[in-house]
Amino acid sequence: MQPFKQFSSKTVTLPVDNIDTDQIIPARFLKVTDKKGLGAHAFADWRYNDQGQPKPDFVLNSNAAKGAQVLVAGDNFGCGSSREHAPWALVDFGFKAVISTSIADIFRNNALKNGLLPIVVDKTFHSYLMEQAGQEVQIDLEANTITCGETSRSFEVERFARYCLLNGLDQLEYLLKSQNEIQAYEEAWA
Amino acid sequence: MAKTLFEKLWERHLVKPETDELPAVMYIDLQLIHEVTSPQAFQVLRDRGLKVRCPQKTVATMDHSTPSLPPDANGTYPFVDEMAEAQVRKLEQNCEEFGITLHAMGGPNQGIVHVIGPELGLTLPGKTIVCGDSHTSTHGAFGALAFGIGTSEVAQVMATQCLLQRKAKTLAVNLSGKLQPGVSAKDLILAVIAKIGVNGGTGHVIEYRGEAIRALSMEERMTVCNMSIEGGARAGLIAPDEVTFNYLKGREHAPKGKAWDEAVADWKTLVSDEDAVFDQEVFLNADEIKPMITYGTNPGMAIAITDSVPDPRGEASTVKALDYMGVEAGASLLGKAVDVVFIGSCTNSRLSDLREAAQVMEGRKVADGVRVLVVPGSRFIKDQAEREGLHHTFLNAGAEWREPSCSMCIAMNGDRIQAGQVAVSTSNRNFEGRQGAGGRTFLAGPATAAAAAVTGVITDARTLQEVQHATV
Repeated sequence: MQPFKQFSSKTVTLPVDNIDTDQIIPARFLKVTDKKGLGAHAFADWRYNDQGQPKPDFVLNSNAAKGAQVLVAGDNFGCGSSREHAPWALVDFGFKAVISTSIADIFRNNALKNGLLPIVVDKTFHSYLMEQAGQEVQIDLEANTITCGETSRSFEVERFARYCLLNGLDQLEYLLKSQNEIQAYEEAWA
Repeated sequence: MAKTLFEKLWERHLVKPETDELPAVMYIDLQLIHEVTSPQAFQVLRDRGLKVRCPQKTVATMDHSTPSLPPDANGTYPFVDEMAEAQVRKLEQNCEEFGITLHAMGGPNQGIVHVIGPELGLTLPGKTIVCGDSHTSTHGAFGALAFGIGTSEVAQVMATQCLLQRKAKTLAVNLSGKLQPGVSAKDLILAVIAKIGVNGGTGHVIEYRGEAIRALSMEERMTVCNMSIEGGARAGLIAPDEVTFNYLKGREHAPKGKAWDEAVADWKTLVSDEDAVFDQEVFLNADEIKPMITYGTNPGMAIAITDSVPDPRGEASTVKALDYMGVEAGASLLGKAVDVVFIGSCTNSRLSDLREAAQVMEGRKVADGVRVLVVPGSRFIKDQAEREGLHHTFLNAGAEWREPSCSMCIAMNGDRIQAGQVAVSTSNRNFEGRQGAGGRTFLAGPATAAAAAVTGVITDARTLQEVQHATV
């Protein structure tokens, strides 16, 4: 994985609460056996009409969304299913961070393993980002800060996940290095 | 120090404790696998030249992409498309290559992953159980710490039998009183989620406690724990007791003989100590719970079936949800026309659910224009239901009696509702398009679903039964 340090991008906003993973990627697209190309189906039922044509009034189809790497969404983003296809789809679409006032547990864990930074911010800053839709934000994982214009906030990321992101490591490597302890546990509980 | 059940389970599974810098390494006793969330994990192992560390602690089945119609005379299954079949075949190949037991279509033990684990006695108190599926919380009904994980984590468990975990907070959901006649475990859990909210359990493991929980059967407890994730909690727990032990005794993978006695003695210690402290507690009185139904696009948007749709008070996401569902604030849902009824899913596809639905449908006919799918959760349940003659009740009424699968809960196998259609469903998610793009799902218990099937409208099943009694 690429190390994740800091980046700047304009935002795109989806001011809807409780966006579940069935919206992020509907189940009919889960019949794949690899991870490729899922961005084409991100938010498929919000993005396309019955004929498969893009809906012009949906924000991710607008020019404003082109090149945006930061998604600002309503509360409790990513609730529902454990499908890792959700972050795979968002990353493939081009997102590097999602921002909300709260993020569902399994989605957050999955996002962190795929170079998609889940950022939880307070309501005031969240409202500000919603109002500033399309504005550039600077996200700095080394400093744990997000900045939009003159306003800045710090955010928290689980420390080991953050360490892995900053260094481009994956967690499986660490677990594989714990083989001795795992074996000792198995012997003790056998 | 007094400990909660969760804390006891947590401590038993620590390979390495957590520190500020590092999450705990948690040992996983059982990983369940299905076709949708496992292929990319097997590929991780292949790419790195790794094996499955404990194939004997890994059990696979197929349920999501599998057709709910039987094979034809040549043994060919009616898959919805080539991708669905390819995904199922991939699971067969992966299980063969990595030496994992697979309960395949047509086999005696195939079924929905969260139905067969308990049925086979694989799910036992005190275990840690994971699956690439958020409804893994179901297994917590046995006092196992069970939660859904993503595919990267599926690969981690395959390779190391461990996961990296931060200790969750604890939420006690205390249920006093007793469920009233005509009120089911599904109604109970919908009432809990309506109270705590769709993210009320985020970051927490729920323990369901109190006399109303103790009075539930094992199948009812599974229905409750199944939907913990719909309140945002990754896991739900119910301390094991005689109900648990009676359910498990004699099951294929449950301990036998002396090992059984030792296991039960140990399992009896898996309770929260009397003075254990939870991070949060909520209290509900089961006496007051009525049959529930959802009106919106998440499972927290649930009301008593006799209540009116609440006023969204201008809250944009709620207004959007009511608009999507085609319901009006202030209106009752009773009498709303229904197109489809689905009885099944890992929430409500067990024998007691089918019996509950059959009781309502017995001697009645499915209303004109309504499509009714009844999908048992496993081969075992299907066979047992047929021994009891339940399928005659469903078929005589005009319902479709299908093969074990997730079916219309997730609409991956071709079983789905059409845009704009109204479905009363015993499944667990009423998200937009969950049962088919543009479809509208109203979640309820089996009796409510069956009542909608025979009346063609959303109906309080208790009134139906009263009518039946009155005419006898």
